[in-house]
Amino acid sequence: MDTPAEQTSAPLTILERLRPSHLGDFLFRAITLAFASLVLVLIVAMLFEMIQNSMLSFQKFGFGFITATVWDPPAREFGALPFVYGTIVTSILALILAVPISIAVAVFVTYQAPMAIRRPVISLLVELLAAIPSVAYGLWGIFVLVPFMRETVNPVLRSTLGFTPLFDGPSFGLGTLTAGVILAIMVTPIITTVSRDVLAAVPSHQRDGALALGATQWEAIRVVFTYALPGIVGAIILGLARAIGETMAVTMVIGNRPDITVSLFSPSYTMASVIANEFTEATEQIYLHALIEIGVLLFAVSFVVRAAAQLLVRYATRGRNIGREG
Amino acid sequence: MRLKSRLITTGMLSLALLAGACGGASDGPVKPGGESNSGGLAIQGAGATFPYPLYSKWISEYNKKNPSLKIDYQSIGSGGGIKQITERTVDFGATDAPMNDEQLKAAPKEILHIPTVLGAVVVTYNLPEAKNPIQLDGPTVAAIFMGDIKKWNDPKIAAMNEGAALPDKDIAVVHRSDGSGTTAIFVDYMAKVSPEWKDKVGVGTSVNWPTGIGGKGNEGVSGSVKQTPGSIGYVELIYAKQNNLSVASIKNSAGKFVTPSLESVTAAASGVAARIPDDLRVSVTNADGEASYPISGFTYLLVYKDQDDAVKAKALVEFIWWALAEGEKMAADLGYSALPPEVLTKAQAKVRLINVGGKTFVP
Repeated sequence: MDTPAEQTSAPLTILERLRPSHLGDFLFRAITLAFASLVLVLIVAMLFEMIQNSMLSFQKFGFGFITATVWDPPAREFGALPFVYGTIVTSILALILAVPISIAVAVFVTYQAPMAIRRPVISLLVELLAAIPSVAYGLWGIFVLVPFMRETVNPVLRSTLGFTPLFDGPSFGLGTLTAGVILAIMVTPIITTVSRDVLAAVPSHQRDGALALGATQWEAIRVVFTYALPGIVGAIILGLARAIGETMAVTMVIGNRPDITVSLFSPSYTMASVIANEFTEATEQIYLHALIEIGVLLFAVSFVVRAAAQLLVRYATRGRNIGREG
Repeated sequence: MRLKSRLITTGMLSLALLAGACGGASDGPVKPGGESNSGGLAIQGAGATFPYPLYSKWISEYNKKNPSLKIDYQSIGSGGGIKQITERTVDFGATDAPMNDEQLKAAPKEILHIPTVLGAVVVTYNLPEAKNPIQLDGPTVAAIFMGDIKKWNDPKIAAMNEGAALPDKDIAVVHRSDGSGTTAIFVDYMAKVSPEWKDKVGVGTSVNWPTGIGGKGNEGVSGSVKQTPGSIGYVELIYAKQNNLSVASIKNSAGKFVTPSLESVTAAASGVAARIPDDLRVSVTNADGEASYPISGFTYLLVYKDQDDAVKAKALVEFIWWALAEGEKMAADLGYSALPPEVLTKAQAKVRLINVGGKTFVP
């Protein structure tokens, strides 16, 4: 693409700007600016509306809302901590499971897969995973994944890692770990696809050079990674955002129990799930406002997690000779 | 140049869009329904999901007879139905649990409760060892769902199921995680038969469950129960029938174990008919009568008694009148229990009250 005239030459006078040749650029900028602002306006409007509609809960519970652990609608007692905890734990689990797989698939597709199956087979299949609606994942979760976790995976985990509190206690199949697994399956296509594009964008002479110097495949890919890291972290953050906000599939397999327990076998609850579950039948004002406040919290948690991830990237890539994050 | 003029148009369009997005949101009350595009009349309703299959059948049948009238029912949940009728954004609401006094007070005018059909909740379980349907009484079900009875071979369960091979197996409790009228009916019954439940858990469309796991919707609960040996849960009667689930017989207030069925639910409604209050807001759970199944409830239409628009009010009243007369006959086919005659009369009396400036619409 051409570089915009404004950036290469001296500032133009108003008259020059309005000359036919610049009018198009001016309009183009105005349009892109308008759409960019639209996103901002939408976010601010949403936040404003949500805070306004959760005022009752804000006033009644204050900051205690975030630290309270009891969610008891008939008693009108509302605390969000179990939901925040469940959201963060399932999302982290999903990333732990999905990131190694996604990056391995991306590397395989970009560098190692035979040309014949590279794009048509693997990429298509991975992208197909992204197109499955989440309620379909949820049903598959109930009827296939949950029994599989209960009969096969969880007993193995208990007999090998049962000494840690993470894999202790009874298992119904529904629970935190199952939710993490289903989320991992759902975020894998996102992380894979974006990572693949990032890897493909690294100039090939970097890898060729490394190979020419006698590097092994593994060493050459490490060279590529030095360049691709910020982009791959961006891919992971996109996956994380999906995991935090995912509702239906998680609701169907997590067990929906607002408890904070260490064991990954036990049921838990996420913020998005409680909103989806209880919003339609919440008739009391304070109940409704508490649910909307959970929505505000979800906004805040997404923001904080994202910011933390950005900081982590900056810390991890500090001092390295690579470009700014794209 | 063509390209440029197109660019300008796009720019103007996008600016107009932006302006619309900034200034468009007005929160004033919206008039529901009104004249539809085709020139006919439109009536809007919203609320409970449980009676949705029946209401949409009613609407399509009624539409065949009155093609100019358009009725639209959105199944957004009882909570939404109450909210929308209170805010007058719909012409009629629908709810499974009747509105409470506080909610009625929040409405601008008097709202009538018109029962249409009954729904029932069944206790379903997964116990391959038990050959015959198991039998339970209310306090035992409450103790199971509170986590006080933990094993299937508990003496309390065994006492009601002589001869049944009850295993020494943990009971896995499954309940609904989504707010639902099904839960409301179930916990209402629990609170009636167990003082401890009333104190510790209470009633509502969602409660703070003392134990167990939450499944989303009837399919979430039945899915978990089907797959987990030793589990117990509760679902709608229709759902259990369609999916051939094992259901427990429940001991009613007359001391008889009753299998849930359309007939035993209608019998329960007859059982409360004598003590039904004037506003028809009544709980049918734990009803009197030897044949009554104890865990059931009415589902209601919510309509303002004093209407403003005579044309629309007439159409609405005629539709509800037809639904109670003709529509009731379609209930059983779709798995709903029809109102018993004595309750139907009371429901019709409510429809007679709907008026515009004192003028009513049915004889």
